[in-house]
Amino acid sequence: MKTIRICCGTGCLANGSLLVAEEFEKKISQASVDAAVECVAKRTGCHGLCEDGPIVTIMPDNICYYHVRPKDVDEILEKTIANDTPVERLLYQNEQGVKIMSQRENPFYAHQTKIALRNVGTISPDSLEDYLAADGYKALKKALTMSPEEILTEMERSGLRGRGGAGFPTGRKWRTAAGYDVFPKYVVCNGDEGDPGAFMDGSILEGDPHSVLEGMAICALAIGAEEGFLYIRDEYVHARRSIKEAIRQAEAAGILGDNIMGSGKKLHLSIVRGGGAFVCGESTALMASIEGRVGEPRAKYIRSVQKGLWDHPTVLNNVETLANVPYIILHGGASYAAVGTGGSKGTKVFAMVGKVKRTGLVEVPMGATLRELIFDIGGGIRNGRPFKAVQTGGPSGGCIPESMLDLPVDFDTLKKYGAMMGSGGMIVMDDRSCMVEVARYYVQFLCGESCGKCTPCREGLKQMLAILTDICEGRGRIEDLDLLEALGETMQEASLCALGKSAPNPVLTTLKYFRGEYEAHILEHRCPAGVCTKLTSFAIDPDKCRGCTACARACPVNAVAGTARHPHAIDAALCIRCGSCREACRFDAVYTEGRDLS
Amino acid sequence: MQIAKEEIMEILQAYPQEQRYSLAILQDMQRKYNYIPREGMEALAEYLGCPLSSLYSMATFYKALSLKPKGEHIIKMCDGTACHIRGSARLRDGITRLLGIDNGETTPDGLFSLELVNCLGSCALAPVVVIDDTYYGKMTVEKLPGLLDTYRRGENT
Repeated sequence: MKTIRICCGTGCLANGSLLVAEEFEKKISQASVDAAVECVAKRTGCHGLCEDGPIVTIMPDNICYYHVRPKDVDEILEKTIANDTPVERLLYQNEQGVKIMSQRENPFYAHQTKIALRNVGTISPDSLEDYLAADGYKALKKALTMSPEEILTEMERSGLRGRGGAGFPTGRKWRTAAGYDVFPKYVVCNGDEGDPGAFMDGSILEGDPHSVLEGMAICALAIGAEEGFLYIRDEYVHARRSIKEAIRQAEAAGILGDNIMGSGKKLHLSIVRGGGAFVCGESTALMASIEGRVGEPRAKYIRSVQKGLWDHPTVLNNVETLANVPYIILHGGASYAAVGTGGSKGTKVFAMVGKVKRTGLVEVPMGATLRELIFDIGGGIRNGRPFKAVQTGGPSGGCIPESMLDLPVDFDTLKKYGAMMGSGGMIVMDDRSCMVEVARYYVQFLCGESCGKCTPCREGLKQMLAILTDICEGRGRIEDLDLLEALGETMQEASLCALGKSAPNPVLTTLKYFRGEYEAHILEHRCPAGVCTKLTSFAIDPDKCRGCTACARACPVNAVAGTARHPHAIDAALCIRCGSCREACRFDAVYTEGRDLS
Repeated sequence: MQIAKEEIMEILQAYPQEQRYSLAILQDMQRKYNYIPREGMEALAEYLGCPLSSLYSMATFYKALSLKPKGEHIIKMCDGTACHIRGSARLRDGITRLLGIDNGETTPDGLFSLELVNCLGSCALAPVVVIDDTYYGKMTVEKLPGLLDTYRRGENT
């Protein structure tokens, strides 16, 4: 019996994997009568290497195909399924030009350790049977034989810390909530993954929904809750559908609901659809949103484990945190704690995106270095360009320069350098990314998302945005840099919630590590990366130009003139400085220089 | 647009009369009408027994809700970080050049609305443009006019 796993994660779906899945299903059902080998097509969650999707894996042969199109289906069925021979052209080709058969041998996967993503991409998220076959709900069954105290001890032993970014010890959070004799209590899953460039939680919700439900059920047993909510981001259509179906199945099978596995214990879970507000990822804002109010954070002199939803004890955990729980209960806290570093146990999932060669979802032990992540797994920078910075931790994180690539990634190390690991977004940038513009981008993002309740965040971001926009457009003054730092420090000190406190991080880290770029903008009216349009003009080097016409075709305003096989030239009067020509050029012939602002 | 009272009541009565369902109800209205009609918000305030102002503050706070009617086709321009550094600003300018609308605006003929969104989780395909529910990955300024034309000709409805 062969299984064809077709990746139907968000990335592959956007790449057309649904058509591939339908084609497989159609062909298999047509040929089922006389097929020599029995096989089944399975739609799974994210395989991780989104860059090269749609991805199809054939088991038990362990052959992995990339960039699969519906027209490839016949050949795969005929060669691989019926005759055990690989379709060479769909295999992964490594840097040495060698074709690679299995996922394990692919450098993208070879360095990974999967715990939170253990089932993502291998099981069908719609199938409870698949989850059960992968040891699903065994941990819940075991937890039903344990006392709450034993569950809490096991969680503490694991050293698991909240994966949403703050890194609060999960076991301690549960123990505090368990200690209050106020009922009802609530368990909440934070699936409001708002960091731009991050899709770890979305992929788990989509690809392995039952693992999150099982984690919530174990938490409910430990603290004595009978009701729970999954707050899922508005944009995550597939994730909500997947969780909804999983809850239905688990209730129908008597795993959740009024009588958990015949134990007489109850747990009712429901989905709350987010309203599209970044700040709702903050715990108290999220709870306000569940209660049907505007999602504004409150001061946390009383923690939500004591007074959370409707002023009752509430445990709020991130999706990835919850997905780790069944593993910990089933295999023991000690085996989980054996992975990772002293202060950060276990693994971490990252969404590695941007200018890296192999974009996708990866899971590594805590303490892996940025270099291992970006170069060994990610394959380095695309198009052979130099690495400039990596931005971790989303809008609350910081930009890390090349000199710090050997730092281990865990909760504590990056914090010392003004950045943070955060929830796991990792955006890689090359020499064509402007650090001032990146800082401006994040501040603009946060400015739009600040709820406006406290002054330092609301007004501070506004002023920062005005200053950064001035710098990007050639109106910056050198004393602005001190002002940015002073503003940033005030916001860190005086903002109400973590959004405001961490909002200056992108500005402060770029100022610290890329100050020269700010100075070039201000003093020389030049954007070294050639991104800030007001400070940049584009030109073509006639010695490098081969006259391939790619730039002329890419130009949206017909500003590039020239005949084929002869050097082209850009008409500065027509040019809108969008940079499309530079992106299109394969010979590095398009270069940028400063602009005369007078 | 005439909004039938019965239609609104149908949306409301799918939920119990509790404050906690206000966001879900507003989202249902948004889906049905492509915006939150005044009549809908007033009916909801009465249904839940809460001040209209609290619903108004929600409708203006949450990005998924809009007080202005949106166009027939909604262009979601992803401006998440991955899309941003792979050139989404260029695409945004391109759409503005082609359609004359910026973020949050609708073309006079009511055909297109442009929304800048934060991240759609398809970072590997950056930059991404989503029209209605169809994803277009690795988008370029070059491809935009042809893509929009397919919607103008009604090929994708």
